Parts: sequence; C-alpha cells; structure tokens
Amino acid sequence: MATEAAQSGTSQEAPPIGSEHLTTQDRVGLLRAMLMMRGIEERAMTLYRQGKVPGSFYDGFGQEAVSAGPTWAMAAQDRLCILHRDLAAHVIRGVPTERIFAQYMGREGGITGGRDGNVHFGDRTKGCVGMVSMLPDMMLVATGLAMAFKMRGERRAALTWFGDGSTSRGDFHEAMNWAGVQRLPVIFILENNQYAYSTPLDQQFAVDPVERAAAYGFPGVTVDGNDVEATFEVTRRARERALAGEGPTLIEALTMRMHGHAAHDDMKYVPKEKVEEWQAKDPIDRQTRRVEALGVDIAALRDEVRAEIDAAVDAALAMPMPDGETATDRVFAGEPALLEDGEAPWSGFTARSGA
Amino acid sequence: MPTMTYLQAISDAMREEMRSDERVFVMGEDIGTFGGAFKVTDGFIDEFGPQRVMDTPLAESAIIGCAIGAACEGLRPIAEMQFSDFVSCGFDQLVNVAGKMYYRQGLSVNITVRLPSGGGFSGGPFHSQNPEGWFMHSPGLKVVAPSTAEDAKGLLISAVHDPNPVVFMEHKHLYRRVKGDVAEGTYETPFSARTAREGEDLTVIAYGAMVHTALEATEDLDGASIEVLDLRSLVPLDEEAILASVRKTSKVVIVDEANATCAAGAQVAALIAERGWEDLDGPVVRVSTPDVPIPFSPTLEQAVLPQVDDVKEACRELLAY
Repeated sequence: MATEAAQSGTSQEAPPIGSEHLTTQDRVGLLRAMLMMRGIEERAMTLYRQGKVPGSFYDGFGQEAVSAGPTWAMAAQDRLCILHRDLAAHVIRGVPTERIFAQYMGREGGITGGRDGNVHFGDRTKGCVGMVSMLPDMMLVATGLAMAFKMRGERRAALTWFGDGSTSRGDFHEAMNWAGVQRLPVIFILENNQYAYSTPLDQQFAVDPVERAAAYGFPGVTVDGNDVEATFEVTRRARERALAGEGPTLIEALTMRMHGHAAHDDMKYVPKEKVEEWQAKDPIDRQTRRVEALGVDIAALRDEVRAEIDAAVDAALAMPMPDGETATDRVFAGEPALLEDGEAPWSGFTARSGA
Repeated sequence: MPTMTYLQAISDAMREEMRSDERVFVMGEDIGTFGGAFKVTDGFIDEFGPQRVMDTPLAESAIIGCAIGAACEGLRPIAEMQFSDFVSCGFDQLVNVAGKMYYRQGLSVNITVRLPSGGGFSGGPFHSQNPEGWFMHSPGLKVVAPSTAEDAKGLLISAVHDPNPVVFMEHKHLYRRVKGDVAEGTYETPFSARTAREGEDLTVIAYGAMVHTALEATEDLDGASIEVLDLRSLVPLDEEAILASVRKTSKVVIVDEANATCAAGAQVAALIAERGWEDLDGPVVRVSTPDVPIPFSPTLEQAVLPQVDDVKEACRELLAY
C-alpha cells in the first residue's frame, strides 16, 4: 500500500511509507523518539560500566520501533503498561530525560525515586503503569484498565507489551480470554524478539502465539517490528477497532534482540549470522532513509538529540541519592493517587482533538 | 437497629457502598446470576446489573489483575475469591503488582479482595485454609479479619474507602452462626483491635472465628477474669492495644486458626517478646493449628483446629504458672 508517495521521494533508497496517516513532522517525531531511546540507552550502558548505574541494565537496541510506533498511535487519555525494552514509549509520553537517567542511577529524582531499578518504571502522571518482573502480569492490568473504560462508556484504549517468553505463562491466557469474552478496548503487543533470555522460539512454543488470537475470538496480526511506521499503523487500526467497541487485537511485532538479555549477557547462544541479518534491518536506519528523502536535516536532528542527552546526564548526576531514612516511608497511600493523561504528539490527535 | 448475620452484614456493606458510590463494583466467579457460592451477593445482579456485578471466568489471577487495572483508573473493585484457598492462583498479582505499586511508583491501588476462609466444616485441604500470614508477609497489603457482624460491615466499608489493597478475611464458619445488631447506612470500623471482654488475670488474643472460641472457653474459667482482645486488623497490627493488655494482665494466650509457623499469632508473640517482656508473669502461650494441611474427616479436622477445650487448658496452665 501507499508506495507512490515513497517513490516520489528524493532518495531511491527510501523504503515505502508505512502509514498514510503520518505527516512529515510525525515521521521525524518517530525517528527522534527512536534516536532518543538508542542514545539514552547507549549512554546508560556507559554509566553502568562506570559503576554509576547499580544493579544491571537492560536495553532495547534494535527494537526501538516496537515501542515508538504504537505509542505514537495512542491518545493522551489512553493508558500504557510498558515493558523493559520499550523506552521510546516513556520518551513519547513526555517523561523528562533527566528523570530517566536518574531512574537508572537510583537517584531521588528518578520516576520511582530509587525504589525500583532500571527500566522498572511508569510515570503515572503520563498515563503509564510500570512493569513488574513477573511477565506478563501487566497484560491483566491493561485488561483491567480497558474494563474500566468499557464500564464507564469511555472512548479510550489500553495498550501493553510483552515478550515471546511471556506467552507461555497463564496470565497471557487469562488476559486474552477475559479481553475476548468482554470485548475490551485493549491492544496486546507481542514483542517477539526471538529470545527469552537465552531460550529461542522453538523451545518456547509449538505454534506462533499470534495464531492463538483466533481462539480467543479476536484478530492476531503480525507486523514488521523494525518498521516504525508499520507498527504505528497497525496500532492505529487496533485502536480504532477498540474504540468502536469491536474488542481487542493481538499484534505480533517481529523483531530481534540485538544485545544480551542484560549487561552481563554476551549472547553467545545467538548465531552471528542472525545478528548480522538483523543489523541490516535496523529500524533507525530505515526511518532515517525515509526522513532524509523528505529533505530533513538528519545531522541537525542527531545533534539536537545528543545535546538533550548530554544535558540530561549532567542534570541527573547532580541529583542526590535518596535518603536511607526514607526507605520505609510511603508503603501505603494516604490519599488516592491515580493515572493522569500523558503526551500524545500524533498529528491525528491535534487535528481531530484526540478522537 | 436491625439484627443481621455476619454474612448479611457483608452483603449489606457492599450494597450500601454500591448504592452510594458508582465507582464500587463486585467481581468474581458465580457471584452474579447465582449470587455467589455462599450467596453473599444474592440479588445484587437484579439491583445493580451485570456490569457492576461481574461474573468472571474461572481465573483468579485475572480477577485480581483486572481489579488492579480498574482501580488505577479510579474504580473501587471488590473482588471475591470463591474460597480463600484459591487466592494462591492470584497470589502474584496481589503480592507483586498490587502490594508494591504505590511504594514503587506512587500509584494507589484501591482494591478489596474478599477471602472466604477458615475450616470447621469438612472442607478439606483446599477449602479450609487461613492464608492471612502470606499477605502479612507481603509489604503494601492491609489485612483485616472481622469476628462480628457489626465489624464485618464496618471493616468492609473501611476497606472499600481505603486507597490501598485490602485483603478481607471473612470466616465461612461465622457466616450464618454469628448474628448481631448492625447499624443501617454507612459506617467505618477502624483497622485497630477491640476488647471483646475486659479482664484482669489473663489476656487471650485472637481474631476471626477464634474470638468466639476464646470467648466460649473463658466465659467461666474457674472464676478467673479473662480479657479477650479481638485483633480485627492484622496489618496494620494494633501493637499498642496488644501491649496495653499485656501490661494489664501479664499473662497471654494467643489463638490462631492458621498453621502455627509465621502465623499472625507468631508476630504477636514476637512483638510481646520484644516490647512487653518486662510486663510478663509467664511464658507467652500459643494455641494454633499444627503445620499440616487441613484434613477432611471431622475427627481429623477437630484434632488439628483449636477447640474450646484446647484454649481452656492453655489458660488454666498459664493461670497456674
């Protein structure tokens, strides 16, 4: 679909566009979010090796399109339950970059104030719920968010990501089943990066889980997880479906985990040829070619991203560590503190007031 | 003031809350058309409709997980586990997602999870458990356990109003055996202990069904003056009320229906050892269920669950110390 527009671009190398619902500004915004994700994570890995990030570190190198595209399709009042290789979602929803670095470093200014580590966070003031390590627990929380929307008759949707390994656990089934029974406005994104830690797909399931969607009464679609416009477009359609009361969608975003499970993992269990094959499919390279073809100054964009990251690292390093005396505070809430709306930069919302 | 059974008081609490607050709804297995395995939500679906009296699939993790999601959006779900035993299937969502959410990200989770618990009626190993200790050991969860109809209503209303996840232990054996005057309308019972009977010579500390066992055992115990302290809330634990009673009587028997190891009573005993030692005139004595699954056959079950005579014997021995 829509190859004509791409052919009219200035570069023959530019891939065909992935969605007709994106302006140039959107396409640049998607690229910027992915550059931010990669830049933040590369810098965080350096900080980790310098001993400034405690614990371990997990990144989503090569998977940037899986979080950037779908998040771009979600409205301010929608809700997201974000997985650990989906940093672009936080970036797009408006989490300040210095707070992301502070989060990694266990500083007071991090989203969890040092109470949880690395990518385990969600900014409730941006409509995001942070993950727990038990996967895919957040599928049920997202289903519950969607249940609230349906009960109140609101035109809103919830979205969550989970990995290929997660599909083996019971919560996958329980969430898919309930969402199907109730026809809930929830979007499930199976982030298939081909390895659950060291376990490859053929040891995880006998049938691709996207095919299971039919058994729960709703569609399952596979999308190129390294094409940010394609992941946007498939999510946009799933959201339209959800808002129309037609129920959930399972989206399988096929991608590849290009780094180890965490900082310590040398990934020796992955054949080199496979990594090389997927390097050629890099989502940032692909979107860069598209945006370049539109005449956008990529070097300036990269400089701007680098400058923001530099400033954010400095700001985060200046933040204090949390006071040990506060470790036992705020186990219980004194007052309700609920989710609030996040940023939703897609031109489709600004043009159509979020509908 | 109307007289209600413990079960009717629980129903009444939910009905009052659902009438006055549209954010409140109930969800669970067979609670709608059927009215619940114990009929706690009998008639609810007619008054409030299937949306707010939600029959769920047989999926405890989903019940708790979806309740959490709905709560994050401002609703106030009351989730029923058909039997407290089945909460093991939803344990992860309750302990890891609900319990740690506010501490980690400042997002409050206003859910109430009702757990019909306890033995005494040949329910066997999977319909008789008292799993409150699991949740006492899980930071971020409140745990309450009423023994009277009045408190069952008031504690449940407090749980629904509380912005935190509350595990509500309702003892099945009390459902229709305990009756009392229950105020109409809405009232909150605080998450603190209650003196069920004043006394001078010895304190029996209990909660849930064991409060009645303690009261019966000590009603006329060779003329001794026995205080019975009903904990009502296990998290938070009313430490000051416990220590005050220890100061007053200097002798303590703690009764748990739960398995002994790491039970609520073990925590109470540890508290007294740490902070009430100087006030004691004898060892802290515990009466509890040994660390075995709850057996089915009446003779076996009665042999393990604390009985009136067990409490009497423990009190007599301690009084003579």
